[in-house]
Amino acid sequence: MAASIQLGSVTQTTVLNSSDVYPPQRTGDATLGLQVYRANGCAACHTEQVRQEGVTCAVVLTGAGKNPQAVTNLLATLTLTGLTKEAADAVADQITAAGGKVEIHIVPVGTDIDHGWGVRRSVAEDYLHDYPVQLGSLRAGPDLANIGVRAPDANWQLLHLYAPQSVTGTSRMPSFKYLFTVQKVGATPSPDALNLPAAFAAPAGFEVVPKPEARQLAAYLLSLRANVPVYDAPFTPPAQP
Amino acid sequence: MTANETIHPTAPAPEIDASCRLPLLALLVGASVWLVVGTVLALIASIKFHAPEFLAACPLLTYGRVVAAANDALVYGFCLPASLAVIIWVFARLSQTVYTLPLVPVVAAHIWHLGVFIGLLSILLGHSTGFTWLEFPRGGSILLFVAFVLIAIPTAASFGFRLEKDLYPSHWFLLAALLWFPWSYASANIFLVAMPVRGVAQGVVNLWFANNLLYVWFSLVGLGIGFYFLPKLTGRPLQTYYYALYVFWTLALFGTWCGLPQGSPFPAWITTLSSVAAVLLIVPLIGVTVVFGRSLGGPGSDGPMGGPLSFVKFGLVSFLLSTLMYIALACPQISRLLEFTWFGVAQSQLQILGFLAMVLFGAIYYILPRALGFDFIAPQFIRAHCFLAGLGVVFWVAPLALAGYAQGANAYSLDASLNWLRISTLGLGFILLGNLLFALNILAMFLTWKLNLVKTLFAAITAPLKVSEVKS
Repeated sequence: MAASIQLGSVTQTTVLNSSDVYPPQRTGDATLGLQVYRANGCAACHTEQVRQEGVTCAVVLTGAGKNPQAVTNLLATLTLTGLTKEAADAVADQITAAGGKVEIHIVPVGTDIDHGWGVRRSVAEDYLHDYPVQLGSLRAGPDLANIGVRAPDANWQLLHLYAPQSVTGTSRMPSFKYLFTVQKVGATPSPDALNLPAAFAAPAGFEVVPKPEARQLAAYLLSLRANVPVYDAPFTPPAQP
Repeated sequence: MTANETIHPTAPAPEIDASCRLPLLALLVGASVWLVVGTVLALIASIKFHAPEFLAACPLLTYGRVVAAANDALVYGFCLPASLAVIIWVFARLSQTVYTLPLVPVVAAHIWHLGVFIGLLSILLGHSTGFTWLEFPRGGSILLFVAFVLIAIPTAASFGFRLEKDLYPSHWFLLAALLWFPWSYASANIFLVAMPVRGVAQGVVNLWFANNLLYVWFSLVGLGIGFYFLPKLTGRPLQTYYYALYVFWTLALFGTWCGLPQGSPFPAWITTLSSVAAVLLIVPLIGVTVVFGRSLGGPGSDGPMGGPLSFVKFGLVSFLLSTLMYIALACPQISRLLEFTWFGVAQSQLQILGFLAMVLFGAIYYILPRALGFDFIAPQFIRAHCFLAGLGVVFWVAPLALAGYAQGANAYSLDASLNWLRISTLGLGFILLGNLLFALNILAMFLTWKLNLVKTLFAAITAPLKVSEVKS
C-alpha cells in the first residue's frame, strides 16, 4: 500500500513555466459523464493512458542573427532533433557562436506519442479528480487520454456516439443509440437535433436528440485534455500564436 | 499415509465422499449454470466485433457491459464456487475425516449464487463499479465475501480436525487460497469502493487485485488441485514433495507483486518492481515443469484418453503457457509491442478457461460420481467435452494472442486483427458446446439425485407399518 502513501498526497500542481494549476476540476456535466463512461464499460476497449519511452532534446532556431547565411550553412551540417541534453547544448553553443539565437525544446518520444495520442506521458495528476479512474487495459479503440484535444467539437462527439461509422467510416465501435431519443419534429425543429449524414439520418419527419447522458459523456470526453507540461513529465509546448 | 491409517481410526472413503455431497451439489449446480451464462455472454461480446450493430440498441447488452458480465460470470460464477467445492472434497479426503458442518457451505453457496446474480444484473444495468474484476457493486461483493468466509471456516476446520497429520503439498496451496481471496478481495473493495483512495492509486489497487485473483489465487487453486489429482489419477507419487513446496513459496513470494504494466502512469518504482517480480516467476514455472514432467514419467496407468486426467494435464500445460505469456508481457521490450492489445486478453482467458476451468472439470468429473454414489447420466459427454474444450481453448486463445501481435505491430489498428478475432469466435463456440455438455451432465445428476430423494421419501411414507407399531 506504499503506492497509496505516495500517491494519496498528490495535489493540484502548477503547469511548468506558468501560474495555471493543473488539473482543473472537471465541469459538472463532465463529472457525470465519467459515470456514463463507467456504466457503459467504455474502458473495455479504450485506455486513458499515454506511454512514453523517454525524452529527447531538439534545438530550434529562433533568430538568424546578423549573419543568416553562416547560420543556414551551419544548420545544414547539424542534426537538430533527437538529441541528448549534452549533444543539444553542444549544438546550441555552435549555433550561438555563429550568431544565431536558439532554444532547446524538450520532446517526449514513444510509440503512443508518434500515434498522436498525446504530447507527453500520462501522470498521476491527470486522474486526480476522477472516481473511478478508468485506465483501461485494451486498445480495441484508440486511447482517449487526449480525445478532448484531438476532437474538440461536441457535435462531432455526439455524432460519433450515435453512429460511429458516420464520422469514421471503418469504425468497429458499436453505436450508442440508446443515449439518444428519436422524436417527431415539432412545430420548430429541436435546436439540439443531430445533423446526421443522409445514410444515418432518422426517417423523414423525425429527429435525433441527445439525452442528458449523451451530453454528459460528450462533455467528459471533451474534458480529457492532458496536454500541459508538468513537473513529472516536462516538455516544451508549442509557442502561443 | 498407509502407516497412519493403521494408527488412526479414519473414516472410509465412501463415507467421506457422502459427507461432502450437499455442499458439492449446492456449489456445482449453480456454478455450471453460470458457466453457460458466462460463455453465452462472452460469445455475444465476441460477435459484436464482427457486427458492431449486433444487439447495439439494447443498453443492457452493449459491449462494455456484456464483456464485464461474461468475465465475472466465468470467474465469480464458475471458477470460484467450483474451486471451493473441489477444495471441500480434497480437504475432507486428505484429512481422512467426514466434512464438518456440511450445511454451512450449503447456505453459503446459495448466498454466493445470489451475490453473483445481483452482481451480474447490476453490471448489465450499468451499476458496475468500473474496476476490472471488481465490477460487482456492494450488494453483490458483500454477499460474495460473506459466503466465501462461511465456506472457508468449516473447510479450514475440517483441516484442523484432520486425522492424517502429515501435510500434503495441496494443503499448502489450498489453505493459502482460502485465506488469500478474502484478504485480497476485502482489501481491494475497501480501498476502491468503501473508502476509495485518490486518483491513480485506484489503478494500482485494481491491478494489484486483478493479479492476485487471476494469477496468484488461480495458480494456488489450480496447482493445489492439480498436484492432488496427478498422483491420484496416474497412480504415481508426486515428484516431488519438496519441489511442490518450492513452487508454493516462490509463487507466493513473487506472484503477488506482478501485474502492473510498464507504461502505466504510476511511479516508476512500482512498475519496475512488478516487472522484476514477473520475470522471477520463471522460478516457480521451472518448478511446476519439473513436478509435472517427473510425475508423468514412469510406470502407472494414465486412464482413458478424454477422462479426468486429460483435463488436468491440459490445464497444467495451459498454466505453463499462460505464465510464459505473463512473463513476456512484463518484459519492457515485448510489452511495448503487446501491451494494451488482445495478447493480454489471451493470457487471462488462458488462465481462466485453459488452466483453472480445465483442472476443475477434471476434478469434478472424478469427484461427483463418488460423492453421489452413482455415475454420470451421459459419461460419453465427458470425452466430447474434453475434445471440445481442448479444441475450443486452442482456437480461442491462440488467435487472440496473434490478434494482439497483429494489433501491436500495426499501431493498434483493429482491422489488422479482425480476421484473428473471427477465428477466436469459432473457438468460443466450441467452448460453449463443451460447457453445455458439462452443465447437462451436472444438472441431470442433480435431478436424478432429487428424484431418488423423492422416491426414498415416497417409499418411506407408503411403506406398510411394522406389525409391532400396529399392535401398540
